[in-house]
Amino acid sequence: MLGLEKKDFTLLLIVFALTMLAPFLLNPFPEGSAMAQFNAGYPDLMQRFVIFGIFAIGFNILFGLTGYLSFGHAAFLGVGSYAAVWMFKLLSMNVLPAIFLAVVMSGLFALLIGFISLRRSGIYFSILTLAFAQMMFALAYSVLTPITGGETGLQLALNDPRILGTSATATGNIPVPSLFGLEMRTTADLDLGAWGFTFNVGYYFCALVMLVAFYLSIRIFRSPFGMMLRAIKSNQQRLNYTGLNPKPYTLAAFVISGMYAGLAGALMASMDPLAGAERMFWTASGEVVLMTILGGVGTLIGPVLGAGAIKYMENIISKINSDILHTWFAFLPDGLEDFVVAMIYPFIGKGWHLTLGIIFMLVVIFLPGGLVEGGQRIARALRGRKTTDDSGKSAKTEPAE
Amino acid sequence: MGILEVKDVNKRFGGLKALSEVNLSVKENTCHAIIGPNGAGKSTLLNCLVGKLIPDTGSVMFDGQSVLGRTPHEINQMGISRVFQTPEIFGDLTVMENMMIPLFAKRDGAFRMHAYESVSAERALIEEAEAMLADVKMLDKRNMHSASMSRGDKRRLEMAMCLIQKPKLLLLDEPTAGMARADTNNTIDLLKEIKSKRDITIAIIEHDMHVVFSLADRITVLAQGTPLVEDTPEKIKGHPKVQEAYLGEAH
Ligand SMILES: Nc1ncnc2c1ncn2[C@@H]1O[C@H](COP(=O)(O)OP(=O)(O)OP(=O)(O)O)[C@@H](O)[C@H]1O
Ligand SMILES: [Mg+2]
Repeated sequence: MLGLEKKDFTLLLIVFALTMLAPFLLNPFPEGSAMAQFNAGYPDLMQRFVIFGIFAIGFNILFGLTGYLSFGHAAFLGVGSYAAVWMFKLLSMNVLPAIFLAVVMSGLFALLIGFISLRRSGIYFSILTLAFAQMMFALAYSVLTPITGGETGLQLALNDPRILGTSATATGNIPVPSLFGLEMRTTADLDLGAWGFTFNVGYYFCALVMLVAFYLSIRIFRSPFGMMLRAIKSNQQRLNYTGLNPKPYTLAAFVISGMYAGLAGALMASMDPLAGAERMFWTASGEVVLMTILGGVGTLIGPVLGAGAIKYMENIISKINSDILHTWFAFLPDGLEDFVVAMIYPFIGKGWHLTLGIIFMLVVIFLPGGLVEGGQRIARALRGRKTTDDSGKSAKTEPAE
Repeated sequence: MGILEVKDVNKRFGGLKALSEVNLSVKENTCHAIIGPNGAGKSTLLNCLVGKLIPDTGSVMFDGQSVLGRTPHEINQMGISRVFQTPEIFGDLTVMENMMIPLFAKRDGAFRMHAYESVSAERALIEEAEAMLADVKMLDKRNMHSASMSRGDKRRLEMAMCLIQKPKLLLLDEPTAGMARADTNNTIDLLKEIKSKRDITIAIIEHDMHVVFSLADRITVLAQGTPLVEDTPEKIKGHPKVQEAYLGEAH
């Protein structure tokens, strides 16, 4: 189906179902209940899940397949955001031209930076990409202020020229991003008893874009091109003596992943039309590395899972404070309650990075294949009772699940 | 004029003269063996033919064109495939994928952007790869992760990857080292069959004299970086200098 093998098509269908039903699946707890703060089904966060999913899917095409670890991919995210906001300012509030320009611009930047950085491999390549990204961050923050808005970032204003649209709405406001008039911020609420669900146009738009991005990445994984990229990771020497030139292959992978990052940047700007230099900061580049490794490097679905896991922790664990902890552990005797809360406190709120760090270490040490490997092990253990060892074999021979 | 002409090649590693004044001419569609003690410079000579090393002086002509200054992938595209002394395969890929890559290289050249097509749709190439795997008796291992195979299997796979490209010149660096006797004999039979069926020139480095005398049309004995003698297998067997320099040692 759609040119995919049955297994891959099934995966695509599952991801389709999960993203379409996300507003339900992510809001399993009734509103107002003690668990409600674990609900992640609000538009802002759901948008971030799929946008960072796109970013990580693209990053995985480079890092997962070729093994080249870029530490500067946030630069392309930033380029995409700036390009999109400029498109909103100058042309129209329609998100499609904004996305188009963002992808083209980030592709051009990736071509230039990739061409230079790929002269080296290993740690030197990583350092070069990091250096480029930090340079772009510094430029965006200071020298390029007329283009980037500098410290305050690039924002829409009431006097933007906007050739195919109006500078201001009839009510005197700045217009909002839309898809042929369908505003991204439009939402519909559904209340079912104690449960509340929110459906947001922006989220569904991003989710559909992610499905297309995911589909294309499956095609790349299964293509001769994808196989060459894995061969580059495996043995460049053999590839050379087999008559293939690894350089253009790696550069193509770099540009494609840069365009994915630009697409993610454009979607961010489409959800909230502003762009700031901090999007290019090195921590943002590091975050996508973590997402990919946490989910499973070189797997199809891993990066999406990793992006979801990290964004969930960032937004949910960081919101838990000591008052909430006290209500959870109120059933304990007072002294013990304070002790338990004191023990957990460093891991919540601003301490969510600590939790993330520990989870990351545990995954890298015990599940080198990331969350995907965890899932496979569970599935195998469940299946193992019924079938013999042939499931284990097939999992080994098909590393790219 | 041979298909491969090596003229006055010198190669130094610091103070060590690995190759000195090497001349070698390999006739088209013959099998030329290079033998010699460890450290004689045999692998170094092969490295100079495929672009891994550049000789300090001298020339290397293949099929009327110089290979010097070309990159390894360009030299392969000219029609030279090489098996390494320690097997070089794509360890993270399956046996079948290892076979597909040289086929793509042969069909599409050094770079081609096939990012949307599916590998599994390449029926013709898959059949070709399967036929080659059957020839080296590895078809049953087609879905195996190639890094997990025995050294002998890795060698056979690497040889199959080279043969499937139908090179004009096949360079083999100790292709049977680490192989079981039965696999060595299979390899000899396979190479004999390939030689009789298609136009191929083979240059082989080998310590196993059984392999050398089964396959070679001519033999060059290399010692301390210099060719000692070059002759037919029969003559080499009885050559006193060779007995002394090499065979005497090995047997
Ligand atoms: N890259 C290198 N740098 C420095 N010295 C080298 C290099 N490659 C080979 N040598 C040296 O050159 C000499 C010839 O080595 P070479 O590998 O060509 O020998 P060989 O005939 O293939 O031996 P063997 O039968 O053990 O494979 C050896 O003394 C080796 O140590
Ligand atoms: Mg050697």
